[in-house]
Amino acid sequence: MQATKKKIDIDYTKYDFKDEIKYVYQSKRGLSREIVEEISYWKNEPDWMRRFRLHSLEVFLKKPMPTWGADLSEINFDEYIYYIKPTDRKGKSWDEVPEKIRQTFERLGIPEAERKFLAGVGAQYESEVVYHSLREDLMKKGVIFVDIDTAVREYPEIVKKYFGTVVPPEDNKFAALNSAVWSGGSFVYVPKGVKVDFPLQAYFRINAESVGQFERTLIIAEEGASVHYIEGCTAPVYSEDSLHSAVVEIIALPGSHVRYTTVQNWSKNVYNLVTKRAVAYEGAFVEWVDGNLGSKVTMKYPAVYLLGRGAKAEILSIAYAGAGQHQDTGAKVIHVAPYTTSNIVSKSISKDGGRTSYRGLVKVQKGAVGVKSTVKCDALMLDEFSRSDTYPYMEIDEELVSIGHEATVGKISEDQLFYLTSRGLTESEALTLVVLGFIEPFAKELPLDYAIELNKLIKLEMEGAIG
Amino acid sequence: MPTLEVRDLYVSVDGKEILKGLNFAINKGEIHALMGPNGSGKSTLAYTIMGHPKYKIESGDILFEGKSIIEMKPDERAKLGLFLAFQYPVEVPGVTLFNFLWKAIQANNLDSTSPRVSKLPKSVIDYKRELIDRVKNLNMSEIFIYRPIGVGFSGGEKKRMEILQMAMLKPTIAFLDEPDSGLDIDSLKTVADVVNSIRSQDLGIVVITHYQRILNYIKPDFVHIMLDGRIVKSGGPEIVEKLEQEGYAWIRETTAESAD
Ligand SMILES: Nc1ncnc2c1ncn2[C@@H]1O[C@H](COP(=O)(O)OP(=O)(O)O)[C@@H](O)[C@H]1O
Ligand SMILES: [Mg+2]
Repeated sequence: MQATKKKIDIDYTKYDFKDEIKYVYQSKRGLSREIVEEISYWKNEPDWMRRFRLHSLEVFLKKPMPTWGADLSEINFDEYIYYIKPTDRKGKSWDEVPEKIRQTFERLGIPEAERKFLAGVGAQYESEVVYHSLREDLMKKGVIFVDIDTAVREYPEIVKKYFGTVVPPEDNKFAALNSAVWSGGSFVYVPKGVKVDFPLQAYFRINAESVGQFERTLIIAEEGASVHYIEGCTAPVYSEDSLHSAVVEIIALPGSHVRYTTVQNWSKNVYNLVTKRAVAYEGAFVEWVDGNLGSKVTMKYPAVYLLGRGAKAEILSIAYAGAGQHQDTGAKVIHVAPYTTSNIVSKSISKDGGRTSYRGLVKVQKGAVGVKSTVKCDALMLDEFSRSDTYPYMEIDEELVSIGHEATVGKISEDQLFYLTSRGLTESEALTLVVLGFIEPFAKELPLDYAIELNKLIKLEMEGAIG
Repeated sequence: MPTLEVRDLYVSVDGKEILKGLNFAINKGEIHALMGPNGSGKSTLAYTIMGHPKYKIESGDILFEGKSIIEMKPDERAKLGLFLAFQYPVEVPGVTLFNFLWKAIQANNLDSTSPRVSKLPKSVIDYKRELIDRVKNLNMSEIFIYRPIGVGFSGGEKKRMEILQMAMLKPTIAFLDEPDSGLDIDSLKTVADVVNSIRSQDLGIVVITHYQRILNYIKPDFVHIMLDGRIVKSGGPEIVEKLEQEGYAWIRETTAESAD
């Protein structure tokens, strides 16, 4: 049973298909003031947004590339196409979506999931949302679920009040980039006391080569409201890299509950550099459930600022890095108010030379007494070529707190494999079983269909791994 | 032709020679006891027969129904009908016994020509029914099968899970590596009852132990004594009593004599 490693790449056949599409508009490669003005023009935006974009562009140009985290030195901002408008129409039914694009989403199973268990769906293709729907009863209760471009025009008071307040352009270079060229993404507003019983889902698809996707999501849960938002992302494999740089802002007002679930399976030439942050007021509960399987490089550290007494954060993530991938992911929780709690669980798997890093921050500000926080990071390395690092930062400025941290780095032991194979499982079946067991705490937080899909993807990654 | 035969086997681990010319044979339907002091190589023999990658065969052969199996992987040996109940079962976080064992049974079911396989459950419903039945026979709560394998189990619970897997997989030759250690007398009787209940003409069992206690409940047809990597004495159940009275020193003396 000497382990001889074969390299396998994930079978992307399900996601790796390209459409021949005539776009309505496509910007030139590269980034300039002109391009930003153009995007704003095509969107027919109010002036405050245009100015916000131009200001953000300046911030972006001034900020240096981050030198910590993953290697971003190969990113050439002049190579990307920053805006592609795929269609003039935005469908409220799938029939209104251009046929080729509709077929794409059908192949990805979106309309079917919508019929089965979703309360609303947004589908984005390149830079624009092409389809949006929300169950009628929720609409009647005042829930808003539209693409964010529409929200800027139709709900200017709410958008203006919150847009860019949780993640300002000054936050980091990629937040600034997104703020300058953002397009598409979702706007979710749940009024006071309304509980959205089924998930809302957004699906992001990059189809063209060298395109950047910069969606922007804003979620506001009023007092006592609750909502579960899911996003999925894929792209076909091209020879040139693509860039996905999103910003997600969540405002969880007192007593509300927001859960944000992501499973990204970008093709392995996408740079995925995302800023996700929530603020939670008194008694509010924010959960990030974050799965990173695809992409070439991901840098993403979902954050929660616990601003109100008794607010709660849970950040549960898994990362898988195969050959040529670096998943630099983690979590960030800032305890500002007393009696706030946070729980961070991170699981990572590296294989065939892949690299995972957990990078996390738990900060407790002076005066935030009674804070409880636990951090648990488990890394599993499937061979000796792979790598896993943990960078857990703690800044605790208050004494009356309880902080727990636990980290494990494991290899699948020869004895475990022997035990499982001695009952009749082949080595790759046994390996798959152990890996699925390892990520089970994450999978069980997903809606069933997504958990099944995740298990399938993991199986594909493991099969034939060892000869 | 014996069902399983070990011929003049030399085995080393990390360059250290442990089995030194071991001979052994068993037929279906028989129960053998393999006794010997700690460190004499009993577990090494069981691991080697099952194909543990760490245990290197320097020379000799292992034959199952007359064919050498030493080039086979552990899962292939399992599918032939070999089984090992581990002395120290492992823990597999996140993997339930229910899930794992069903996968194992499905894997065994692939070879539909073997008569052994015809006795395995074919549908998950039949599987579940039989599993729950057998869990009850072992005086265990059903919840154990839905817990991660071994995690948080007591030593005795782990041992019973091994016996449960044996009962479900219906091997042709099973090695039970110290199924008695860590068990109180009631658990020991329960385990022995289950083993006795699955005794049949189609199953050969090797009970590895260094205490005779379990052999009061599982009556062996043959008894072998192992010392320093070799079987030095074989015979009937009477050996157990003599060993009980005189200890391994007696064997050491007699074998030293016969070596002269
Ligand atoms: N995996 C191993 N690595 C190193 N030494 C081992 C290993 N397994 C067994 N040994 C050594 O081989 C000898 C026999 O061990 P074992 O087969 O476990 O004996 P028994 O089961 O009869 O107590 C002991 O000296 C033990 O230390
Ligand atoms: Mg032993």
